[in-house]
Amino acid sequence: MIEFTDVTKTFGDSYAVEHFSLQIPARQVTVLVGSSGSGKTTLLRMINRMVDPSSGTVEIDGEDVAAVAPVALRRRIGYVMQSSGLLPHRRVVDNIATVPRLTGVAKEKARARALELMDVVGLDRSFALRFPGELSGGQQQRVGVARALAAGPNILLMDEPFGAVDPIVRADLQQEVLRIQAETETTIVFVTHDIDEAFLLGDQVVILAERGRIVQQGTPEEILANPADDFVASFVGSDRGKRRLTVSASGSGDDQVLVDAGGYPVGVIAAPGGKLAIGNASPKSRSVSNKTDQAGDA
Amino acid sequence: MTWLWNNLDLVLGLTAEHARLSALPILVGFAASLPLGWVAVRVPWLRGILLTVFNLIYTIPALALFVVLPGILGTKILDELNVVVALSLYATAMMLRGTVDGFASVSGDVLQSATAQGYSGTSRFWKVQLPLAGPVLLANLRVVSVSTVSLLSVAALIGSGGLGRLFTEGYNRPFIDEIVIGIVFTVLLALLFDAILVILGRLLMPWSRRRPASPRASFLRSILPGRVA
Repeated sequence: MIEFTDVTKTFGDSYAVEHFSLQIPARQVTVLVGSSGSGKTTLLRMINRMVDPSSGTVEIDGEDVAAVAPVALRRRIGYVMQSSGLLPHRRVVDNIATVPRLTGVAKEKARARALELMDVVGLDRSFALRFPGELSGGQQQRVGVARALAAGPNILLMDEPFGAVDPIVRADLQQEVLRIQAETETTIVFVTHDIDEAFLLGDQVVILAERGRIVQQGTPEEILANPADDFVASFVGSDRGKRRLTVSASGSGDDQVLVDAGGYPVGVIAAPGGKLAIGNASPKSRSVSNKTDQAGDA
Repeated sequence: MTWLWNNLDLVLGLTAEHARLSALPILVGFAASLPLGWVAVRVPWLRGILLTVFNLIYTIPALALFVVLPGILGTKILDELNVVVALSLYATAMMLRGTVDGFASVSGDVLQSATAQGYSGTSRFWKVQLPLAGPVLLANLRVVSVSTVSLLSVAALIGSGGLGRLFTEGYNRPFIDEIVIGIVFTVLLALLFDAILVILGRLLMPWSRRRPASPRASFLRSILPGRVA
């Protein structure tokens, strides 16, 4: 578990984060979502001491990170950022092996593990000897994820990792993250400004306003069903047409067409015999929740 | 040309001396500019001071420096150490701005990401920042190399200076062929140094030349097989 207690961070005269407290449960995905200025990246970087709080504490499993040497701390926490931040002068396989090599794992062993990780993130091994500049943006991000996983960290920090890749590749990468998280049970703290991405990935979603003020936290279902205030309602889009769906009269057969408030068809829903089946919708079935992104405005 | 064949040993000997006396300052200038450039990048207020000081050094005429240095270093006026020190100062001065630019050219994202992976400050410098500054360092070093090779000729006026002696001698006799031979061999030497640097760069930085083909280039290649390399 990661715990922020009354954390404040100032840069000069301005507050980046003010009196922020949050518990991040282990072995789950927690998404910090907010627009720029919400301090989400600053908060993320406090976990691996890229940023030290001006006051307050950040603890990992009860241990104050301020008491841990930053370099050692960072080597046991995976980190993925938006521009993949790969080392342009190192081949893919050596980029992935970065942290194990830093901690003294033998080159051959680290490289063998790196090749395995390429399988894990869905990157063909034929790319192993390429340089990052020879890969597409999506491929670079896969390398970035593999690199972050290489030391087998308990915690993975992801700072808008898929913000710069195209929507189709992004959807693919998001599924990879969910799959990898399910397999490794890593604690993931994910920062994004994209509410759809937050709802797709997050077991817990924390909506931040200016200076790290938590406006609402909870499961995607809780937030969507009961937005705390107008800000959240507007942020998640439930005040606009996007998420308020109605059954179109034009549906036929056993499926009914769903339209948004603007009248655009966004999907179909099973309605055997023309009747909607109410009930056992599993809140964990995430596979459809990203389909609301059709307008591409998120 | 007959003069060249008759004096080949002399010309080759002077070329070797020229190579030695110019290679040394190039290496010293490169090595000295690294810590200076590193400091200049790390300490903003020192950056301006360092760059100004070395710009000023660069404006001192070479001949004046050759004459002044023996007094400072305690060497004899004809000692070739004077030449090496003077050219090293020029090389450092020329190289320093390039080194600063080189270190500054490394993407902040890459540096931050290296820190986030757990590089310590020093290992980040040696394993990330320095190699990534490489292409800019190399570009500047090539300029320093060529200009040091050509500047060394001036030292002929104080007794060393390698191929420069063909200029002073050819001028005094006067014998134009000797001067032309001097120029040709100076140029050849500069080209040789440059080729060595380029090859070193390719060996040490194989990553810097590989870039994915631009969509336009790929497209052209696909419709013009064999025409666009």
